[in-house]
Amino acid sequence: MTFFKELARSKVGMAGFVILVLFVAVAVLAPWLGLEDPTRGSLRARMVPPDWWGPHPLGTDEVGRDILSRIVYGSRITLMVAGAAVVAGGIVGTFLGILAGYAGGITDRILMRLVDIQLAIPLMMLALLVVAALGPSMVNVVAVLALTSWIRYARIIRGQVLSLREREFVQSARAIGASGWRIMLRHILPNVLTPALVVATLELARIIVMDAALSFLGLGVQPPNPSWGRMLADGRTYISTAWWAVTFPGVAIMLTVLGVNLFGDWLRDYFDPKTRSAR
Amino acid sequence: MGSYLIKRLLESLLAVWGVVTIVFFVTRVLGDPSTLLLPVGASAEQIEALRSQLGLNEPLVMQYLTFLWQAVQGDFGTSFQHGRPALAVVWERMPATALLAGSAMVLGIAIGAVAGAIAALKRGTVAELVVMTVALLGQATPVFWLGIMLILYFGVSLGWLPTGGYGTFAHLVLPALTLAVFVSASIARLLRSSMLDILREDYIRTARAKGLMPTTVFLWHTARNALIPVTTMTAILAGELLGGSVVTETVFAWPGVGRLILQAIQANDFPVIQAGIFVVATIFVLINFAVDMLYGVLDPRIRAER
Repeated sequence: MTFFKELARSKVGMAGFVILVLFVAVAVLAPWLGLEDPTRGSLRARMVPPDWWGPHPLGTDEVGRDILSRIVYGSRITLMVAGAAVVAGGIVGTFLGILAGYAGGITDRILMRLVDIQLAIPLMMLALLVVAALGPSMVNVVAVLALTSWIRYARIIRGQVLSLREREFVQSARAIGASGWRIMLRHILPNVLTPALVVATLELARIIVMDAALSFLGLGVQPPNPSWGRMLADGRTYISTAWWAVTFPGVAIMLTVLGVNLFGDWLRDYFDPKTRSAR
Repeated sequence: MGSYLIKRLLESLLAVWGVVTIVFFVTRVLGDPSTLLLPVGASAEQIEALRSQLGLNEPLVMQYLTFLWQAVQGDFGTSFQHGRPALAVVWERMPATALLAGSAMVLGIAIGAVAGAIAALKRGTVAELVVMTVALLGQATPVFWLGIMLILYFGVSLGWLPTGGYGTFAHLVLPALTLAVFVSASIARLLRSSMLDILREDYIRTARAKGLMPTTVFLWHTARNALIPVTTMTAILAGELLGGSVVTETVFAWPGVGRLILQAIQANDFPVIQAGIFVVATIFVLINFAVDMLYGVLDPRIRAER
């Protein structure tokens, strides 16, 4: 319970948490919010300007689809893709980080060289290349985003493991003959979950933006599924006549990322005893 | 220092080799370029002839070794789209990318450094609140959307600046500003927190206690030490600008390397993809190398450890 007490004391952290909860709630509850079908437009209602009290609060797009509804349904895609990518990247990265830190030697050297190589390719280009090679399905986009993400976990977790490895509880587990796998999973893993969680929150923000950029470039989840990046790309064609079509999806991305960032920053401070005592 | 330099150089070379290798194998999965190069309905013989001309009938390992051997000599093959050496095609686009990334970097660091320093020195004032709020928003705003918003306002509504293209200073303003916002937001936040840490240090108190002028304390003790994390961040941002420029260059129809690589990926022009990513990765690795060397200059403790 101290977690929420602490959270309530930080206005900024709380704001981030509320935005995050709203985002997830809207995404999960989308079909029950009484919105129009986000994939079906009405040609008679094309490019209707926003009217807060009318049937289209945020206006409609070039084929008459309701923008509010598309943003709400788009949040499901964002949540699914970004969520799955964070989980996948987090699991792989945490596992490889533990392996590199605990096994040391040649395993560690190979893994860290791989990290170096990947760091030398700008992530966006790596993502573009791999999506182009595999094709832009949802699974592939998730895989690519996870691929750009694992190195962040691996580096931080490896550093933690290097010091955990020398602690008494690990030494004694080894002394009574526990296997390497058992030590890594039972003794080390629980101790690196906290830093992994902090990295995950900050990665979520980066991945949401990258996912939007991929769909903006036409390499994300394919139409007619509404995705925020795709909406921006489509709306850009009509920028001089329908400002709302390129404005609101971007606001949605910005608010979501802001929420995740605020909460992530707070989370990092919460778990970091150094900054915690300073408050 | 000498052996460290050589070790870092070797590591950098290894990283570039790894990148080139990965890109080679990924582009081979992209599909057979011979079907794209020939007109629809080309005969089986024509396809076969082109495949053997491109060396696509060789075993993959042989293709890879040939590729490496030629790449070392700067030969990445001929662009399918442009009909000229791929590296030359990439190299021609470099000035546009360098101009955009360079202007964004200079502008972003300047704004970010001033804003971050103000936020740290004027702690608890409205100035700090404003700087930090703007920085948080700047970090949360996707670069490409910010670009579109700037086009919408300054290009479409006000009509002050061109909405895209290349050639004059006016064309540079919006894309450079877009990327600079992202850079300055990160720099401002980082500089503020690292300065706040430093202002608590004993050596700052000592410097003040012995009666040094506030300006001297700021320049020689605070700013200099706060620059170390900022230098790292600058290298990371430079890398992100190179890679992220794909999106910005696309939004502003800026004829740089990023947009070229995107078009090459869409057209399956793999000599250009390989040459382009090779160039970007090499620059990226060089920047990191330079930053590592710079640490030694900025922080004598790091120099001593080597």
